[in-house]
Amino acid sequence: MEAIDALFHGFSVALTGQNIIFMFIGILLGVLIGVLPGLGGANGVAILLPLTFSMPPTSAIIMLSCLYWGALFGGAITSILFNIPGEPWSVATTFDGYPLARKGKAGEALTAAFTSSFVGALVAVIVLTFLAPAVAKFSLRFGPPEFFAVQLLTFCSFVGLGGGSPWKTVASMMIGFALAAVGLDTVTGQLRMTFGTEQLLRGFDFLIAVIGLFGIGEILLTMEEGLSFKGEPAKINARVVLDTWKELPKYWVTSLRGAFIGCWMGITPGGATPASFMSYGLAKRFSRNGAKFGTGHIEGVVAPETAAHAAGTSALLPMLTLGIPGSPTAAVLLGGLLIWGLQPGPMLFVEQKDFVWGLIASMYLGNVVGLIIVLTTVPWWAAILKIPFSIIGPIIVVICAVGAYTVHNAFFDVALMLMFGVVGYVFKKLDYPLAPMVLALVLGDMAEASFRQSMILSDGSVAIFWSNGLVGGICALAIFVLFWPLVSEGIRRIFRPRPAGAAQT
Amino acid sequence: MDGTEQKDERGGVSVRALEIFVAALIMALATLVMYDSWLIGARWGADGPQSGYFPFYIGVLMFASSAIVFVRALVVRVVRRRFVEPQQFRSVLMLLVPSIVYVAVTAYIGIYVASALYLTYFMRLLGRYRWIVVLPIAIGVPVAMFFVFEIWFLVPLPKGPLEDWLGY
Repeated sequence: MEAIDALFHGFSVALTGQNIIFMFIGILLGVLIGVLPGLGGANGVAILLPLTFSMPPTSAIIMLSCLYWGALFGGAITSILFNIPGEPWSVATTFDGYPLARKGKAGEALTAAFTSSFVGALVAVIVLTFLAPAVAKFSLRFGPPEFFAVQLLTFCSFVGLGGGSPWKTVASMMIGFALAAVGLDTVTGQLRMTFGTEQLLRGFDFLIAVIGLFGIGEILLTMEEGLSFKGEPAKINARVVLDTWKELPKYWVTSLRGAFIGCWMGITPGGATPASFMSYGLAKRFSRNGAKFGTGHIEGVVAPETAAHAAGTSALLPMLTLGIPGSPTAAVLLGGLLIWGLQPGPMLFVEQKDFVWGLIASMYLGNVVGLIIVLTTVPWWAAILKIPFSIIGPIIVVICAVGAYTVHNAFFDVALMLMFGVVGYVFKKLDYPLAPMVLALVLGDMAEASFRQSMILSDGSVAIFWSNGLVGGICALAIFVLFWPLVSEGIRRIFRPRPAGAAQT
Repeated sequence: MDGTEQKDERGGVSVRALEIFVAALIMALATLVMYDSWLIGARWGADGPQSGYFPFYIGVLMFASSAIVFVRALVVRVVRRRFVEPQQFRSVLMLLVPSIVYVAVTAYIGIYVASALYLTYFMRLLGRYRWIVVLPIAIGVPVAMFFVFEIWFLVPLPKGPLEDWLGY
């Protein structure tokens, strides 16, 4: 087994003292940003990215990916104890998590959430370990039309699987593409949409957009709610953990289904949020205890958490193998790879074996470490949440401003961040999804390049996207996914037990 | 986005009005994208697609999708819902306006002093904390930032007169 050998090599890379320390720092910071309002996986990684430029890439990615796992774990804490989803993908966790905490079973709910997160991630990492090398090898045969087709599939999945209004998804995505096009056109040297201004010459950096849209936007929303934290006490001890673990195997079908949905939605980027809702909906429909869902049932915590974590983890598969991220956080990590001088895509598996397998091995270790850390430190995080918002809020704004400034050492970027913050606030309130905009902003140049190259190859004929089985197949799949909402509208209503107004990707 | 009229129950901006406004704004933006792309050439050049080729079609899709949102918001009759309650909007402004001032001021007095002032404003005037709570945090956070960025990670942040005076 080639993958097993490579994996063991990866463990030898990841298991140095320094990397293990970075792993701990990453997880702790990750849980912290997952718990705090306004900071999440995507903008947390974006803010820390400039600090890692001087680190060796392998250590840097280990720390930042651990931050991501930490944030995934952290989201569950606020959902269960405070009924405030720290991250959009933990909205579904509040449905049963908070009622459990109200009944005094916060410890059980948290244990179930963390353990299922862990199981979801583990399944996704195993899938990634064995599937990623194959996908990478396969995609070595890809030319520009195939790459464009895969990108098309990515964006069509957002429209088709993302939920919400498809028109708003398209609009938001196209804004991202348009913003990506601003600045110097590297092929012809032509300036695009700069309107004679100097600041727009550099174009829009997606890191700034991420910090503004998710950070400042979220803080503005929180401000509106006035934020009176009313938390339930979190008592968690070895006895509660062990008792819950004894109960969990009963829900193996739900777990497995959640992990499967998560992997699927992560790889074809539907994202963690719809995955968690879908998993919750399916579990409610097929479980023998379906009627008890929503009143504080452990299974209702297991389902969304497994799926969200599996989706979050498997989102790294297309990022590593094809250079196409499956989630905003994966997109930020992709940006990091480019800055560290690594070209994501199939060649990464050939040229940067240490890096790739070190990262994959760190995913196994990071999730084990993460599970232990969150189980032992829950009371601290709950205490942090009791800090009033009028103290924590401005500190987060300051952190975001510093993060935005350090990307390019430009004041203009900080002003842009505030602007993106207002856009994020308004878009969130009007249910425009933000993830497609961010992904389009990241992938815009790449998508355009592969589209142009394909057009040059075919002399301007779109028929090149149907010219062979491979590219035609991917395009057909993309179009199928695009129209999926029409096919499944009826089914979708049954799947969503609650009017999912709060569902944002 | 001016939801400033807040006299009675019927005041303020409804979700529908804002929906229409935002869609119109995106349509305008799309027009701008198409216009600029057309100017620099959105057709097939001698050696392949011109610079504006791809963005032009992005603009077209952007216009089409936002136009549909626009028309739907116009046509569909929904219960009138306020986009934001006046009280809530005031809290949002109380964060947003000082943040804009904070960013503007940073360029002149450096990020450390500006952050200290911003934190003080927030905790003292909105949180109504006593000075004994406010001061340690307002001074401690910028000092911690200084150590993390300037000393450990060697990332320079904008500095002003105070830092000059201190010799940095």
